[in-house]
Amino acid sequence: MSDTRPLLPDGLVIVVKRECATCQMVEPLLESIACDAGPLTVFTQDDPAFGASVGAVHDADLAVSWHYDIETVPTVLVIRNGRETDRTFGWSRDEWRRITGISGLGEELPAMRPGCGSMSVDPDLVDSLRARFTDDTIVSRHVEFSAAEDEFEAMYARGWTDGLPVVPPTRERVLRMLTGTSRAPSEVVALCPPDLVELTVEKIAINAVMAGCLPEYMPWVIAALEAVCNDTFNMHGVLATTMPVGPVIICNGPGTRAIGMNSGINALGQGNRANNTIGRAVQLVIRNVGGGRPGEVDRATHGNPGKISFCFAEDEAGSPFTSLAQWRGLPEGTNAVTVFAGEGPRGMVDQLARTPEELCRSLAESLIPLQHPKLVIGFDAILIISPDHGRIFKEAGWDRDRVLQEITALTTRPGADLVRGANGMAEGVPTHLKDAQLPKFRPGGLLITYAGGGAGLFSSMVAGWANGSVGSEPVTRAVGS
Amino acid sequence: MTNFVVLDPTNETKPATRTLLERPASVKGLTVGLLDISKPRGNVFLDRIEQKLSALGATVIRYSKPTFTKPAPVDLRHEIATQCNVVIEALAD
Repeated sequence: MSDTRPLLPDGLVIVVKRECATCQMVEPLLESIACDAGPLTVFTQDDPAFGASVGAVHDADLAVSWHYDIETVPTVLVIRNGRETDRTFGWSRDEWRRITGISGLGEELPAMRPGCGSMSVDPDLVDSLRARFTDDTIVSRHVEFSAAEDEFEAMYARGWTDGLPVVPPTRERVLRMLTGTSRAPSEVVALCPPDLVELTVEKIAINAVMAGCLPEYMPWVIAALEAVCNDTFNMHGVLATTMPVGPVIICNGPGTRAIGMNSGINALGQGNRANNTIGRAVQLVIRNVGGGRPGEVDRATHGNPGKISFCFAEDEAGSPFTSLAQWRGLPEGTNAVTVFAGEGPRGMVDQLARTPEELCRSLAESLIPLQHPKLVIGFDAILIISPDHGRIFKEAGWDRDRVLQEITALTTRPGADLVRGANGMAEGVPTHLKDAQLPKFRPGGLLITYAGGGAGLFSSMVAGWANGSVGSEPVTRAVGS
Repeated sequence: MTNFVVLDPTNETKPATRTLLERPASVKGLTVGLLDISKPRGNVFLDRIEQKLSALGATVIRYSKPTFTKPAPVDLRHEIATQCNVVIEALAD
């Protein structure tokens, strides 16, 4: 499929197109350049008759333009022994004189005039050019739908979707997705549960296309998959459990803003492409590459809507706390993902608290019922503080440790109230703990993060699955390139 | 109209077709493996199954996984496969 790089003759090579006003301006100079500056080869991208006076060659398939990275026309290349040794682009009288060695060149022209975009970087053409000219590193099986088939229905029929339509992963789209990462398509990122299949960058790119990702999301999708596909996070168990959990992905770092993630209004909801497609790509990989499907290895009793995608960014700029990724051990400012086996979020309303002590009391009382009021320590949780609640902590000068200390104290209760059978409830902790004082969360088991719109005295919380070595540990990973 | 070509998003592993062994007419004299996945009270259930199978003349070997949340270790699976003639596969919660 790949066309090899065309060889260029020694001398000067100029790439032009008639549609470009700067190219038209320099066209009258071409003959004198051909006469006075040695061998000249002109390539015209659009009109084969443009530059006819110097025998211009039509770069009809744009192979020269693509392989020599022509971004602007006109571009002048100097070729010595078959290799490029110099180039200039647009019109700069000084540069053209230097490169041609003709001292009086273009005396009547302005000193400088910018060029135009090369057809080889035209957004409408670039994907098909990349598909035609890129070395064929794609090894995935090609699946052909008949002309009579609706491709969206065909993908449903093959079981490739999460119930929503997916973008057809054509070769052009997958190659474009692969431009978002420096990693080779063949690189194995992880063993993907539940089938423990080697997960390549190429397979990730295919599923990222289907999820609706942009190429710049690829490093985030890869990092999230590295974070979930291991024994610590235990994606197999998260999938297989009857509890309603899936991977919740919290993104940190300046890169979240660069790719347009939402950490503000409706951060946990619909409407933002990066938030929704990064999480979706992870789940599609688990489904399609790992083989984890509801009713098969996925045995969830209820599941939750976040198993389609649950991914958001932390609002680090507004937060009264250090970032979640930093708290979990990464250097400040690192682009990172933290994955957590969690349910859907639930809200907590307190519109009257004005002191951190009052607010912590409400938060503690709201965190206690997660999973079951009498079950403690075995389940972690995420607490998402909103700007209106965060301001109360900020104004009081409370940092994350101070908040955690307060919530830990307020959620610590006598074992006698929590043991099995106490308060008429069979559920509870083992009876041998009746004399202990038990906090709701183990140390490190409450992940506090900060996100949400600027109005609303609410916070949100996400209950976790069984923690520790018998269940899932949250995992934080830096995002690569 | 031309056909529409996409890249396969799956793991492309097509398991070789494997047929199940003939179902034995009786478990008498056969070795049956029961794997406790370590959920609470699973052992109570399996004790009763073991009694029933033993009464039918089967030799029962008991195994258990370290935790129900994770797949059985490879060594354990190998041990079961080499020691047993019959596996009872069932899921309950």
